[in-house]
Amino acid sequence: MAVNQFPYILLAMIKYLVQSGIILLVCFAGDLLQTFLNLPVPGNITGMLLLLVLLLTGLVKLPMIEDVGNFMLKHLSFFFIPAAVGLITCFSVLEGKWAVLIFISVISTFIIAAVTGITVQMLMKRRQARE
Amino acid sequence: MSEATAVLASSLIVSPVFGIGISLLTFYAGSLLYKKTGSPLLNPLVLSMLMIIAILINFHISFDDYNRGGRFISFFLGPATVILALPLYKKISLLKENALPIITGITLGSAAGIVSIIAMCKMFGLDEIISTSMLPKSVTTPIGIEISGQLGGIPSITVAAIVFTGVTGVLLGPMVCRLFRIDDKVAVGVAIGTSSHALGTTKAVELGETEGAMSGLAIGIAGLVTVFLAPVLAELLM
Repeated sequence: MAVNQFPYILLAMIKYLVQSGIILLVCFAGDLLQTFLNLPVPGNITGMLLLLVLLLTGLVKLPMIEDVGNFMLKHLSFFFIPAAVGLITCFSVLEGKWAVLIFISVISTFIIAAVTGITVQMLMKRRQARE
Repeated sequence: MSEATAVLASSLIVSPVFGIGISLLTFYAGSLLYKKTGSPLLNPLVLSMLMIIAILINFHISFDDYNRGGRFISFFLGPATVILALPLYKKISLLKENALPIITGITLGSAAGIVSIIAMCKMFGLDEIISTSMLPKSVTTPIGIEISGQLGGIPSITVAAIVFTGVTGVLLGPMVCRLFRIDDKVAVGVAIGTSSHALGTTKAVELGETEGAMSGLAIGIAGLVTVFLAPVLAELLM
């Protein structure tokens, strides 16, 4: 690392810290909103809706969160590892039920894809016919 | 010498460094394998989970020991959910032209999915806690974990069902579209994204630009629709 690059690296670090701070703040605000307004929606999802509103109204602009946001989205599944490993504590509850659960997963995925696809296609065709 | 390593190993296991370190290492290894093969079956989360479970069982390490570090990673589930607003915001203009067909399709599809899950769980006589954990199995993982926790399910079972759904959806989504002659590009994309979230979307992207974009849009909308649908349908039918 050349010495004269140092200020840029520092600036980049500050940028990432600020962006992380904004994301964490929105997350916390979502929790607060959920608790105080007693919303039926979980806090994290209130935070997601809040961020969507902030982006749509332009109060938060894309460059204010984009770098950290894209980094998180790129590696999103990393954050699910402990929850996934937690399956180890459910082995006794799930004993003998694996085949049934796989069956239910496959059939319901099939039903969701079919109902969604058929509905969207029908409505799109009807609209095109009208035009 | 062996005594020293034993002391070192046991102090490592009680430290949060163990859980965080093993998660980082296995996820990195999983990412490398995934990049090499490109198979959705070998996605980094599945590989990492299998490796960690194998290590915990083999060395008789409890989940609580692992989770001392795991907790720090799980903390980021909050920000990870919040950040889902970013792709939704970028794609929301796609909604403008066909908002009614897309939202109606996602709502009906998600409702049909939840009803079918409740019906099948009752048919097979599964405990309510397992059925509840299965309800949000087609939405994106952070939202699914939230819904499962809120309704009193076990989020770990939900994650497993979600990942399994994503992997099967990669094959199932395009198959369903062929079977029911769904050829409208918007309909194909929305169907894949609604039924199998981000993993299915990787397949939709391969099918075409419109399919991929619509599938990506459907992930966020299906998640939000399910947040509102799942508690109501669970209350009515379970």
